[in-house]
Amino acid sequence: VTRVCVVGCGAVGSLFAAHLGTLDDVEVWAYDVVKEHVAAINQSGLRLTGRAEVVAKVNARTEASEVPPCEFGIVATKSMYTAEAIAAAAPIFADGAVCSVQNGVGNEELIAEHVPRVMRGTTFPAGRVTAPGVVQMDTAGDTWIGPFEDAPASMEEVEALADAMTRGGMPTKALADARGAQWTKLIFNAASNPLGALTGLTQGRLCELGATRSLISGIVAEGVAVAESLGITLDSDPEALVDHSAKVAYDHRASMLQDALAHRRTEIEALNGGIVRFGSDNGIPTPLNQAVLALILGMELAWTSQPESGH
Amino acid sequence: MIERVCVIGAGTIGSLLAAHLASVCEVSVLTRREEHAAMLREQGLRVSGKHELRASLHATADAAELGDFDVGIFACKALDLESSAARLEGRSPSATMMTVQNGLGAEDVVARHGAWPIISAVTFMSGIRHSDAHVEYELDTATWMGPWAQTKTSYATVEELAGRIVSSGLEAEPMPDLLPAQWSKLIFNSAINTVAAMTMLPHVALFAKEGEFGDLGRLVHGLIDEGVAVAAAAGVTLHDDPWEMNVLAVARGETGHSDYAHRPSMLEDVLTQRPTEVEFITGALVREAGRLGVAVPLSTAMYRLVRAREASWQLTSPSEPVLS
Repeated sequence: VTRVCVVGCGAVGSLFAAHLGTLDDVEVWAYDVVKEHVAAINQSGLRLTGRAEVVAKVNARTEASEVPPCEFGIVATKSMYTAEAIAAAAPIFADGAVCSVQNGVGNEELIAEHVPRVMRGTTFPAGRVTAPGVVQMDTAGDTWIGPFEDAPASMEEVEALADAMTRGGMPTKALADARGAQWTKLIFNAASNPLGALTGLTQGRLCELGATRSLISGIVAEGVAVAESLGITLDSDPEALVDHSAKVAYDHRASMLQDALAHRRTEIEALNGGIVRFGSDNGIPTPLNQAVLALILGMELAWTSQPESGH
Repeated sequence: MIERVCVIGAGTIGSLLAAHLASVCEVSVLTRREEHAAMLREQGLRVSGKHELRASLHATADAAELGDFDVGIFACKALDLESSAARLEGRSPSATMMTVQNGLGAEDVVARHGAWPIISAVTFMSGIRHSDAHVEYELDTATWMGPWAQTKTSYATVEELAGRIVSSGLEAEPMPDLLPAQWSKLIFNSAINTVAAMTMLPHVALFAKEGEFGDLGRLVHGLIDEGVAVAAAAGVTLHDDPWEMNVLAVARGETGHSDYAHRPSMLEDVLTQRPTEVEFITGALVREAGRLGVAVPLSTAMYRLVRAREASWQLTSPSEPVLS
């Protein structure tokens, strides 16, 4: 039996944990700080609704020290909690390989500070926690994983994890170089997510209005230039992803718009912040990404520094 | 002699001007709404904050009821200027008109509706409108005024009106050529207003902080640099460095009152989902840049974002999200 521990068992983490939990040869653990969610999972199993109907046995803990050593880790926290979560969970993976399936870039670097072997991952499936222990799967889709260049897991480990995920119902491709998939999604997200949050427009409207559509293209072009400077070959054109999303998700409010409406911290640092940092390291100017980064951070400050009732 | 002043539009700036000027000359106020005029006639106009006063003045929503006046001050929002100027067409032909709107192009709008000599003005005073009949005087900074070159306005009239405003208790400064000041304020306003409108932040210290990639000061500085390049291409030597204006405004806000930071008007508009003046401020700057062949990618981005935010208000709520 292979032990896998999901670090951060929110919506995306739960999709992986529950699907892997259906396999006889995998024992699934989960480390998450939300007590009610963990208690519900241990009592009734982890339940998926929507695009998947699954109830799986998952051993959930709010203390990382209660999780036994695992061969694999899947980090699925929001990117701003990566450092904290992996620092706590590191002993679980003293001899394991850990894969990020988070948004943005920079997570693998943080994980590699604490564990020996790391995988770079990108995933499209999405959902939301609808009740403790229950996650609605809204979107199905593929996942790509590969060795993280600076602290690589072996290709055998990558293939073994991809195989388990795929058999569990989360189709996953093992790649020698997973950067192209990650940067394609990064650029797509960085171009559309913050604009949704800043303007309040849905995905379809963002792409329909000339003003925002051309802004999206400007942000995409900067991201593509940074990816090129890093020697990364994108696996598809982010512009095409933008147009596709406008069709299939016209009324969708980008997750960052949902964060903005709920006054939650966003993942801007891992998205546009990542493009800006990698661009700066390689001498590629990213003025629009930098503008969007500063505006969203300013917006977050506005939520925290002003009384709600003031206006 | 300037004895009769008509203030067109009694928002914050119009109310402050009308209430103060009423102590030194005869003031009439032209409002858009009759109930606003009625309230001003009944209760007068109260000023609180930096000054405490109550002015009685003539007010009407019907331009036909206005007698002749020596000076008309267009203090309405830029968005209402066209319709306000149209209401005064054919009236007080010997009057001098003054525009105090944000952005560029207000004088041209007024000139389309009459042959009045025009005074250009920019104002740095600010206030908070508490009701139709009560305005709080917040920043007691000056209004700068100059003759609009296209109408051969006499500088003596500009000086006289500035003197009237100063004797009424407000700050004003006449200058022979207002363009340097007008452009300084345009560039400052374009950067501060759009950034405030998009972040929902008042004009806080972060607007001048440039240490990290994500610090707003970098964006504000980039926007200001673009505006300065457009002014240079237009042959305008700026009266003030807009970045210094930003640094000073933020410092004043912080040292004056610990909890105080000015809310730019575009932020107020966004908070109440009213159409903003972005078309007259950043839109005007972007169009001017296009005419002069200056690249302004950040200003263009801010202009587009504010327009897109405005567009989002005209929609019914989207159906519940199906993806996350």
